[in-house]
Amino acid sequence: MNTAEFSLWICLSSILAGLLGSLTGLGGGVVIVPVLTLIFHIDIRYAIGASLVSVIATSSGAAAAYVREGFSNIRIGMFLEIATTLGALFGAYLTAKVTTHSIGIVFGIVLLYSAYASFRTKHPEHGHTSPDPLAMRLKMHGTFPSSTGDEAYVAQRVPAGFSLMFAAGTLSGLLGIGSGAVKVLAMDQAMRLPFKVSTTTSNFMIGVTAAASAGIYLSRGYISPGLAMPVMLGVLGGSLVGSKILVNAEVKTLRLVFGVVIVALGIEMIFNSVTGRL
Amino acid sequence: MQLTDQKLEVAIGRMLQTGVMLAALVVLLGGILYLRQSTGPRPDYIHFHGEIDNLRSPAKIVVLAIHGNPEAIIQFGLLLLIATPIVRVMVAAAGFLIEKDHMYVWVSLAVLAVLLFSLWRSH
Repeated sequence: MNTAEFSLWICLSSILAGLLGSLTGLGGGVVIVPVLTLIFHIDIRYAIGASLVSVIATSSGAAAAYVREGFSNIRIGMFLEIATTLGALFGAYLTAKVTTHSIGIVFGIVLLYSAYASFRTKHPEHGHTSPDPLAMRLKMHGTFPSSTGDEAYVAQRVPAGFSLMFAAGTLSGLLGIGSGAVKVLAMDQAMRLPFKVSTTTSNFMIGVTAAASAGIYLSRGYISPGLAMPVMLGVLGGSLVGSKILVNAEVKTLRLVFGVVIVALGIEMIFNSVTGRL
Repeated sequence: MQLTDQKLEVAIGRMLQTGVMLAALVVLLGGILYLRQSTGPRPDYIHFHGEIDNLRSPAKIVVLAIHGNPEAIIQFGLLLLIATPIVRVMVAAAGFLIEKDHMYVWVSLAVLAVLLFSLWRSH
């Protein structure tokens, strides 16, 4: 395989990964890393380097569309970014300390969890709870447009959400992914924010989180232009197309098929890591 | 206040999109040049040896990119991409300042400090 063919194959795979990532809501990073390591046998450090830059691209590229919907909360996002960026520094530090096998195993587990989380049914709104004094002081409240007019919400359990966000940042820095699934878990489950607010604010945060470890990846030589170029362009293109499809089509079956693919990739990541092939 | 918030978010969203498109164009340009000059076998990514030193630090990347090195142009595009969310935090800090929300000016500056620390620390 020469350089041009290699780049073309990587780019095509990345388009597919971006498409899959945006249709399942998991993000492109979580899909492209297993593809690069399992199919193209690329060292996982190059794979997460290329993935991380594509994560910044998709998160920032989609931000304008999300903002227009009026769900994302800039204050909640900014406050929690203190936790995710610190976590990302810690995660990027860990990447150099642990073996590639353990990175692979953690990656597989995150894949399985992400697949599970994306199929969890959106539970009904959480109902009215008493305002959290800490959240009120930090102005972590807002309104979002609903069928019955603007609905107000206040964040609950801020410390729990903050800690989970640190973990999300660590995974992002360790694995080169956006770890949107854990971010949504922190906001939707721990802080009891409305689901739409959680997902859109999470997307907004992913780029900033990834930027915190990107500098470290760059200085360690994880970001290689020959690989990052087709991956970044492919994932960005695929996810833009995916978000257009999402608006126009009912994608339930598609999501199910892709969910199975994600689970298979997760199991294979763990298997290959345990048997030392990764 | 809500109106200003919404306006601020729309401005930030547009800025992010512009940054990404600019970065993608630079990466694409570098990519085309890179593919035109490399005819050899696929690069070895199976074994990790790390990218060469000249493509690891922002200062060296900029110098090489100015001289038209295709790989450095790609890296420069990626640097623009990494800078986009950092600029977003700066814009948010300025927005909070205009809104006179001093607490969130400090929160934004804290995030900015972590981001700049990671860049400074690693080079």
